[in-house]
Amino acid sequence: MANVTLRNVRKTYPGGFEAIKGIDFEVGDGQFCVLVGPSGCGKSTLLRMVAGLETITGGQIDIGGRVVNEVEPADRDIAMVFQNYALYPHMSVYNNMAYGLRNRGMAEAEIKTRVSEAARILELSTMLERKPRQLSGGQRQRVAMGRAIVRQPKAFLFDEPLSNLDAKLRIAMRVEIRKLQRRLSTTSIYVTHDQLEAMTLADILVVMNAGVVEQIGNPLDIYQKPATTFVASFIGAPPMNLMPLQSDELKSQLPASEAGILGIRPEDFVITNENVAGGVALGLTVEAIEKVGAETFVYGSRQNVAQGVAANPGDLPPGEVIVRVPGAVGPAIGERIRAVAARDKLHLFSADGRKRVEI
Amino acid sequence: MEKSTVFNNRLLPYLLLLPQLIITVVFFYWPASQAVWQSFLREDAFGLVSEFVGLENYTTLFAQPEYYKAMIVTVVFSTLVAGLSLSIALLFATQADKNLKAAGPYKTLLIWPYAVAPAVAGVLWFFMFQPSLGMLSRPLRGMGIDWNPLLNGNHAMALVVMAAVWKQISYNFLFFLAGLQSIPRSVIEAGAIDGARPMRRFWTIIFPLLSPTTFFLLVVNIVYVFFDTFGIIDAVTGGGPAGATTTLVYKVYADGRLGGDLGGSAAQSVVLMIIVIALTAIQFRYVERKVQY
Amino acid sequence: MVEHRPLSDFIAYAILTLGILIVAFPVWLAFVASTHDAATVVGGHMPATPGSQALENYYRAVFVGGSRTSREPVANMLINSFVSAIGIALGKIFISILSAYAVVYFRFPFRKTAFWIIFITLMLPVEVRIYPTYKVVADLKMLDTYAGLVLPLIASATGTLLFRQFFMTVPDELLEASRIDGAGPFRFFKDTLLPLSVTTMAALFVIQFIYGWNQYLWPLLITTKDSMQTIVIGIKKMLVSQDELAEWQLAMATAVLAMLPPVAVVIFMQRLFVRGLVQTEK
Repeated sequence: MANVTLRNVRKTYPGGFEAIKGIDFEVGDGQFCVLVGPSGCGKSTLLRMVAGLETITGGQIDIGGRVVNEVEPADRDIAMVFQNYALYPHMSVYNNMAYGLRNRGMAEAEIKTRVSEAARILELSTMLERKPRQLSGGQRQRVAMGRAIVRQPKAFLFDEPLSNLDAKLRIAMRVEIRKLQRRLSTTSIYVTHDQLEAMTLADILVVMNAGVVEQIGNPLDIYQKPATTFVASFIGAPPMNLMPLQSDELKSQLPASEAGILGIRPEDFVITNENVAGGVALGLTVEAIEKVGAETFVYGSRQNVAQGVAANPGDLPPGEVIVRVPGAVGPAIGERIRAVAARDKLHLFSADGRKRVEI
Repeated sequence: MEKSTVFNNRLLPYLLLLPQLIITVVFFYWPASQAVWQSFLREDAFGLVSEFVGLENYTTLFAQPEYYKAMIVTVVFSTLVAGLSLSIALLFATQADKNLKAAGPYKTLLIWPYAVAPAVAGVLWFFMFQPSLGMLSRPLRGMGIDWNPLLNGNHAMALVVMAAVWKQISYNFLFFLAGLQSIPRSVIEAGAIDGARPMRRFWTIIFPLLSPTTFFLLVVNIVYVFFDTFGIIDAVTGGGPAGATTTLVYKVYADGRLGGDLGGSAAQSVVLMIIVIALTAIQFRYVERKVQY
Repeated sequence: MVEHRPLSDFIAYAILTLGILIVAFPVWLAFVASTHDAATVVGGHMPATPGSQALENYYRAVFVGGSRTSREPVANMLINSFVSAIGIALGKIFISILSAYAVVYFRFPFRKTAFWIIFITLMLPVEVRIYPTYKVVADLKMLDTYAGLVLPLIASATGTLLFRQFFMTVPDELLEASRIDGAGPFRFFKDTLLPLSVTTMAALFVIQFIYGWNQYLWPLLITTKDSMQTIVIGIKKMLVSQDELAEWQLAMATAVLAMLPPVAVVIFMQRLFVRGLVQTEK
């Protein structure tokens, strides 16, 4: 059994900064867990604590049922794929993969078998004698994975392995990683800041922010029922529209509740003049249009609501709403439209954004 | 690499170059070519007549036992100083690289001997080991060693080696530390995760990746011993006793002082020139070509 | 070190501290010797702690000179060392920045040749050509002069290479903008390039100052008058008899004084020093 369990794990740096503020979750044997969150949320730190590269200030980490807090990385029986691959520059591809096995005293014959097999799976068989500097980014990435695979460890740890690849390669490698992991059924923990990678790879998704877990669960569950406004705006692109329940337009359409913020995803709007029972309708003036081929994104400003400047960079300015329209035909700039969302597509949150409120 | 935008003045660049070119020609090329020319001449006893003798000065030189002795002294000296100072410096560098909080001050406190003149270093060590009043001579004598660098060639060599190593450690330390710190930390972490303990990591990952620095320092240390140790030798032993600490450079100086054999002295200089050029060429060719990551 | 082993950290601190002690010991001893009187130092049982003669020894060394042979007071030697070290440092900076400027920012016939002529000087330090260079200096009547001490040592190419390397990293756009603004080579150099080069010049100054201050063989050869000696040679001459009758405490005081300026420069300008060292060796 190679599950990984974290119990009330904390990390405080000397100097007082608390990077991880008490995290609990469990990754079952063979599951693919993704830690996702913005830069600085602590996801890499957490991964490195599982690897043994950072000390644990409080709490407990188990790998395969064994408490590993005091165990050195070499003895934890884990393998890690680094963001910059961290291949040994002076060794050939073969030796890069063989190094870990040699350290454990494995016989050369068996090393050869394992390395050849991994090379075959990863299509590296013709490159075994090359040095890392002679390889492309994608090839180096595969060698890094090969190095992890041959060890047949209890868990794979991935630290943003695709960040340094160009967009097209990233998509291809994403699929390869998933296929590989399914085939090998090794417990995996994967760190990324890219929510799309997170959604497509995870069995279990852990959304992190500022050292705490905002939500854990199945990616689709998180997408459909985000627990906080942070998760709501982080998962899904373009981000969910979040509107404070202050204007008459909204208050008149929603029943009284202790909710303070309304969230509606761009893809849940329909532009129509019909009424939808129990839903919400917004009057918008179209400010900008983005046509990407299969769909069109309409940026509209709400009528009767104060416009302003976004509080944080990357957020939508208050009063601006994104609506997704399938296909390549959309309204014109300056046009007034009516965007409607059905009741079951509404997300309500408390005024501080920390709690989900049911309608 | 060239600049794509330049000025087009005709005369100005030459004027700018003039100071350096003049100095270089007058104090470098002219003397150097003089030395080469003179190495093929022999003067008579009064310095009045010179005759061209081809390679005779060189053959005489290589037939001299003192010359061979100087060569051996230089080689032994280089090996000892390079070996010792590189090993000790590497040890210090690896310890300082361990992410210690106080590494900054330690670094400052280890590099300042670079600023001490070789001659002064020699004087300091001589003071410590002077046969009668040196503070460290007493314990040596207490151990039964009849310590006397003024009379015993091996002792003299040991003393000079110690002074040279002492001074050279800081330079090597600086470069080793820089080399160690340029190895990406993630590669070392990968090694740890791959099951390599610190010692194994050092020999299988860190040391190989340090090899360009090591090679560079090896050449620099050898050149240092050949030339910069003149001050140490002159201050401590004056080349003695009986030539036990006379390196090739020192021999050029000493022979010149005695006067007389200008041709032979020039020949020695030329041999040294060839050795340095060879060492520098090796350094450029091999160090520049080494592993980049 | 990835693992967290307190014992290993302790050993590291221990080794480094030992290193610092070993490195400091000879200098400490010299300092101690410079603070005792002659009898204590020479008697063979000098203690390891400073004595009370510091003021007297240093005063004698600096202003009076030794009594055994007619030696110059150290004050003169210090001045000579300062003048020659600063002369070498400034001289080198001056000629090499001009040459580097010419080679990088101008196109002219024999540009590459000029560069190689300068570059080759890297390969031969002064020790290899001492006697011929001595003859040249003597012929130019520069023996026992500051010019003779300084000029032959500024001939090498380290500075030129350093500045050339630096100029290569200066973006072309700066020059283009300057030219559009109507600046010629002088203005560009004075207003743009020079201010940018200040740290490089400082780093080179530090290295060359130390190099010049610590020169031994060359000053030894070309200074015959005691009044032109540098302090580094002066120390050696104090020990000329190499026996215990030399005035060791004065010699040690002189040694301490000889070490102070360059060591102070290294310690207080450490960053510049390291930078200069690393860059000139590339």
